[in-house]
Amino acid sequence: MEATLADTIREITRKHLKQNDGLLLGQAISAVGWVNQTVPDDCMENIIELPMADVAGAGIAVGTAIAGRRPIFILRFGDFLWLASSPIVNYAAKSKQIFGVGVPVFIRALSDENYGLGIVHSACLHSVMMHVPGIRVCAPMTPGEYEEVWRVFMNNDDPMFVSEHRQSFQQEDEMRDTVEADADITIYAISLARYHAVKAVEILKKYDVKCNLVHIMWLKPFELSYRLLEPLRVSKKGLVVDSDYAIAGASQSIAYELTEATGHPVTAMGRKDESMGIGQHLIHGTPTAEKIVDKVLEVMKNAKDR
Amino acid sequence: MTGLATLGTLKRINDCLNPVESLAMFRRMCLTRYFELEVAKHYKEKAIHGPVYLSIGQESISAAIATVISGWYILAQHRAHSVYLAFGGDIVKLIDELLGLRSGCSGGLGGSPSIQDKDIKMIGHHGLIGENVPLAVGVVLGTGKPTVCFFGDAAAEEDYVFSSMGFAQTHQLPILFVCEDNNLSILTQKSARRNWELADVARGLGMPAVDITDDPWLIAHYTREFIQDLPAFINVRTCRHYWHVGVGVDNPPEWDRFRLVKDNLVEMGYLTQFYAVEKEVKKHVEELWKQRSQIR
Repeated sequence: MEATLADTIREITRKHLKQNDGLLLGQAISAVGWVNQTVPDDCMENIIELPMADVAGAGIAVGTAIAGRRPIFILRFGDFLWLASSPIVNYAAKSKQIFGVGVPVFIRALSDENYGLGIVHSACLHSVMMHVPGIRVCAPMTPGEYEEVWRVFMNNDDPMFVSEHRQSFQQEDEMRDTVEADADITIYAISLARYHAVKAVEILKKYDVKCNLVHIMWLKPFELSYRLLEPLRVSKKGLVVDSDYAIAGASQSIAYELTEATGHPVTAMGRKDESMGIGQHLIHGTPTAEKIVDKVLEVMKNAKDR
Repeated sequence: MTGLATLGTLKRINDCLNPVESLAMFRRMCLTRYFELEVAKHYKEKAIHGPVYLSIGQESISAAIATVISGWYILAQHRAHSVYLAFGGDIVKLIDELLGLRSGCSGGLGGSPSIQDKDIKMIGHHGLIGENVPLAVGVVLGTGKPTVCFFGDAAAEEDYVFSSMGFAQTHQLPILFVCEDNNLSILTQKSARRNWELADVARGLGMPAVDITDDPWLIAHYTREFIQDLPAFINVRTCRHYWHVGVGVDNPPEWDRFRLVKDNLVEMGYLTQFYAVEKEVKKHVEELWKQRSQIR
């Protein structure tokens, strides 16, 4: 059996705590499933249970990064970022430019949805961190991607914001781009939307629509690489799909950059600009495969009408 | 003299430092006093751009503590020239920082509120009051090394300050918290903001704590006592002479500890020595400011 993403995170963490004298900090991380089995249970000497004081906890985590411990700081629910962000945004991200001192803190922000988690436990908030100078932002969804993110973190002194999704933790396989010479559209997918996009591409075949599918893991710095641009140059139409809000978010930002770079229209979709709630009608999660299909068909129709 | 200028005073407290230590402490006070008089002068001449946060009136606090401890990690906040200078920060780099030069202690990017010096283990401050407290707790957690953290009475009201002090107490971390209590949040007095004292809160958390005036011998006494039993907290009542930011003055300060310390030194029989120290420091600081201003 292949290692799952959860296994990979746990082993990376174990090695860091045992071999690098690293630290892991967070609230309620050493109980109740050990954060979906991503936290090793045999390294307690380097695991710090923080009090339920969100700003102070984040500040303490950042302080340990100043001390050179390369801490992993867990936000069990991404929404808690609103409380915890001040020391991350105002100190960790700015220190290198102002003080010439890197503050490498590895922030794991977990998203979730579709379980009726409601108002403040359902968000996926990587976009807001992309707005901050001095911090790397990524959304790994496979074991190999997570290992790449960790290597980059350990080889740099920048803070790293890692947008995770609980629905990815059992993922074993890597996810490869699919590119066809005569594709009608290129779909760029981020976070959980990547899984939904894979399904959407299969459904769209029934509609005789051929899709390129390009997976985006690095959000900042965002590199307009050949891998990203060439499929769009062929298909001449694009769609970016994300698990975060679309408005002023990663999907709209990346769609803009792709359009600027190629001259081809790229549209964006993500979560609705609505508050989430407990009720099924208020989940407002990542665009489903069906919604991605509808959007692609709409883009195709609009292009044809033009 | 009564009131806050004498809060917590002990008899024969001046004996807690020997003559060499007392004069070294006074030298630190002079350094800040004459450095900042030059800051005020250059600010008025528009040689300094950006906000300046002056410690004049509050010099005795870091001067006393730096006389007792050295080699600790230091985290202060925006009003920190006195801390930087008292602990031996590079004075030329501080001048350069205020002048906006790349050779400044923060590359000319931080200015008065964001100063640092790696050689004295002083970590830079970003400008958010009180956030240096959780950062300091993280530093001591991460290094296991003793740390001193300075903040003001307004910062003491930040929610993350309490919880960070509580974390330090829970984990018995070697950190000394020091509140430079000038009674003002910009111009709003403490009585308008709260009806509690942080020393009581600290004692409630279970750590040694004291609420005293800014007599440097008294501060040195409690620093010596408390560093044997960290974490601990010292609240020091003091008088800021200048505005919160800038070089303006509203009313005369209730007391001037710098002058009171000189009176004490005379009583202790150090008139000749303190006069020589003051004269030498003043001349040195003025010459440095003159030199650095010319290369700007």
